[in-house]
Amino acid sequence: MTGGTPLPPLVIPVTRTLIVTGALVTRDFQDVHHDPEAARAKGAPDVFMNILTTNGLVARYVTSHLGPGATLRRLAVRLGVPNYPGDTLTLTGTVTSVSEESGEVLTVEVTGTNERGRHVTATVTATVTAVVRPAPADHPGPGGEP
Amino acid sequence: MSPLAGPDDDDSLALRLAAYEGRPAAVAARGPDVVNPAMIRHWCEVMGDTDPVHQGPGAVAPAAMLQVWIMRGGAPRRSGGTPERSAAYEELLALLDDAGCTAVVATDCEQEYLRPLWPGDVITYDAVIESVSPRKTTRLGTGHFVTTRTEIRAGGELAGVHRFRILKYAPARTGTQGPRPRPVINRDTAGFWEGVAARRLLFQRCTDCGTPRFPWVPGCADCGSERWTAVRASGAGTVYTYTVVHHPPVPGATMPHCAGVIELAEGVRMATEIRGVAPEGLRVGLPVTVEYADAGGGGDAGGTGGGQLIPVFRPAATRDEGP
Repeated sequence: MTGGTPLPPLVIPVTRTLIVTGALVTRDFQDVHHDPEAARAKGAPDVFMNILTTNGLVARYVTSHLGPGATLRRLAVRLGVPNYPGDTLTLTGTVTSVSEESGEVLTVEVTGTNERGRHVTATVTATVTAVVRPAPADHPGPGGEP
Repeated sequence: MSPLAGPDDDDSLALRLAAYEGRPAAVAARGPDVVNPAMIRHWCEVMGDTDPVHQGPGAVAPAAMLQVWIMRGGAPRRSGGTPERSAAYEELLALLDDAGCTAVVATDCEQEYLRPLWPGDVITYDAVIESVSPRKTTRLGTGHFVTTRTEIRAGGELAGVHRFRILKYAPARTGTQGPRPRPVINRDTAGFWEGVAARRLLFQRCTDCGTPRFPWVPGCADCGSERWTAVRASGAGTVYTYTVVHHPPVPGATMPHCAGVIELAEGVRMATEIRGVAPEGLRVGLPVTVEYADAGGGGDAGGTGGGQLIPVFRPAATRDEGP
């Protein structure tokens, strides 16, 4: 992969279910992410996607293209227009830089748009090197040091 | 500046807010769960992440879950004796609430991942209030951006840095000021409100002549008897009449607000609010059913309504909506 390489777009239907379950699995119980009346009382027309779900979708968009074992180093996300139920979020990305350090380090610029405009702009840095879990610290076995 | 300048004074508020920059937002706080395969699997299911490195008992946690491990979820504000928010941060948020900035929305997030997280990792974190912006007007409303920087550790080792920016704002479009008026509960109506608290809709029936009545009053308008029994209504009814209120704003209600009189199946009529239907969908005779709403109206997550329920009505489910 080289600088300037576009990633294939990913189209995500923003269902009410995605918004609510996204909030739940990120442990975000703010009412605006699951209660339409509470969202309206705060000036939004409906529930809207939380930032942690947007983070997750952007991250998996990038890692799924880099293959198993790609490791994220940095993720910077700025939100624009909200994602409401019924929207369609289209993520697009371009690899903007590639460097060789300890493995291949890529920077990907990602944008996500829906019917009302730009929902997210993000910069993701990843290393294409499988993570290996370090061996557990030595525990004193039978007859070992106390 | 007057020494009496309060939080409604912009300059005074800006100075008071700025004083929180650099103060801790969380000190030696602990993530509520150790890193675990179940939460990893649930997250991957929803995000559509099928990378095999996140599967099974030895799964590595997706890096973008970093903040998930420090989320409070539905836990009480303080648990286990470890406050996850510092007093300074609580004060700052309360100051903004008092200034009318009761709503919150996240706008930016920057995360740096220094070490992968594995099942069994114990999460601890410290956070600092990095900045509090001057007053800003946005599409959502007017408020202040608050940026925090959190250092997240696993087993004491720095695993990630999480910078998060929220906008605390006064909603621009609700057209409502102040809390919803609370119901008037007195000796004559206490029985009705006790029923509502238990999600039962109660009306009175005269013991002597059998006439049903609502609202609750001590005596029967037909025979004058003061003897009565409380009867539970089914909650089903129809719209007897209604008014769509566009103006003036009703505190705590979303405008336009639908006020109506419901004729219950049992024959009594009840003045109430009709929800869940657009004004053009309302009609006399529309079948409705009761539900119980928190009288607190807006307020932030965690519920600030004080638990006072009120009965409201919404269109009854029709046959073709069900399976």
